[in-house]
Amino acid sequence: MEFRDNKAIYLQIAEYVCEHILLGKWKADEKVPSVRELAVEMEVNPNTVMRTYELLQNKNIIKNKRGIGFFVDEAATEHVKSYRKQQFIADELPVVFRNIYLLNIGFDELENQYKTFVKENFNA
Amino acid sequence: MININNLNFGYSKHKPLFKNMSMRLSNGHIYGLLGKNGAGKSTLLKNLAGLVYAQSGTLDVLGYDPAKRQPALLEQICFIPEEFYLPAVKINAYIKANAPFYKNFDHSYFTALIKEFDIPVEQKLINMSYGQKKKVIIAFGLATQAKLVIMDEPTNGLDIPSKAQFRKIMASAMTDERCIIISTHQVRDLDNLIDTVIMLDENDIALKATVQEITEKLTFKKVKEIDDSIFYAEPSLSGYNAVMPNYHQEESKLDMELLFNAILAEKIKFKPLFS
Repeated sequence: MEFRDNKAIYLQIAEYVCEHILLGKWKADEKVPSVRELAVEMEVNPNTVMRTYELLQNKNIIKNKRGIGFFVDEAATEHVKSYRKQQFIADELPVVFRNIYLLNIGFDELENQYKTFVKENFNA
Repeated sequence: MININNLNFGYSKHKPLFKNMSMRLSNGHIYGLLGKNGAGKSTLLKNLAGLVYAQSGTLDVLGYDPAKRQPALLEQICFIPEEFYLPAVKINAYIKANAPFYKNFDHSYFTALIKEFDIPVEQKLINMSYGQKKKVIIAFGLATQAKLVIMDEPTNGLDIPSKAQFRKIMASAMTDERCIIISTHQVRDLDNLIDTVIMLDENDIALKATVQEITEKLTFKKVKEIDDSIFYAEPSLSGYNAVMPNYHQEESKLDMELLFNAILAEKIKFKPLFS
């Protein structure tokens, strides 16, 4: 995996796991790779993956079954979404807001742009 | 695992390399040993392996004094030096002569590593390229199952695919029982493998901290302009790569090269954060 420069590795690995769950590659109640397996795949220190898994456990995205390994939580998709929403609001939204303010973009214009975007990309 | 107490060492009396150096290392970690040329990285590793002797102070490695070179300790140490000699024999003969010194030597793991590294087993060791030889001794070292793994510039001479293989192998070789120390200048090869940074400078340890501690206390980011809050910055294409105290609990990625240069240039600023 190609890591970006600007974010802690353990968080980038958390994004990778979340992405797999949202895309349905790792399904509810299925076993996820062990700490060592994922560390080897990512070419990182196993302690880093352990930190990722601790974070994801706290967010109820994966759970630890003692002696067996880590599993995708049955409500993982919802928990991933709420975790990502939190992160979006904390990290990405301030940048968007700053540009909206600096460029003086009205909410009506924004709403139209948003609707067009959804239509073009998601056919909704 | 390792306890260094008030170590004094120098190759000549007038030029001390380490002055009253103390440090503890434990298992379950991959330590990255950094320092300028001549800072003493290789010498520190040699002290740990009993290849040179302390002038004063004590070294405790797995409960032994390495200077006594007891077999009970040496069979638990795997040392991959930067410069090494391999004889004019094939791998099989080399294993037959050397593996018996390590009672936990894992032959099938060695075979698997040699295969993964794509080493020609029918060729004499002396006729192999530097990179191939290096891969042979890395494979041998890891197959000894030693608890203390010491590697001096292990990625030197490895080609691009071998570096990725090396990272994967090290990620799987790191266990809770093992202590792995890697000295390197090629931090970009290894920075995601290292969980604790040890930096040598001016006869002592300038920094010893986990990646987590470092990124809790410092933030690494690109900035457009430099101000007083920044400890150290280097110009880049889009502004500056900067190190500063982590005022806003940001979770940035440790830039090991930048940290290295920052500590060399501004040691006084960092000292209070990591004492």
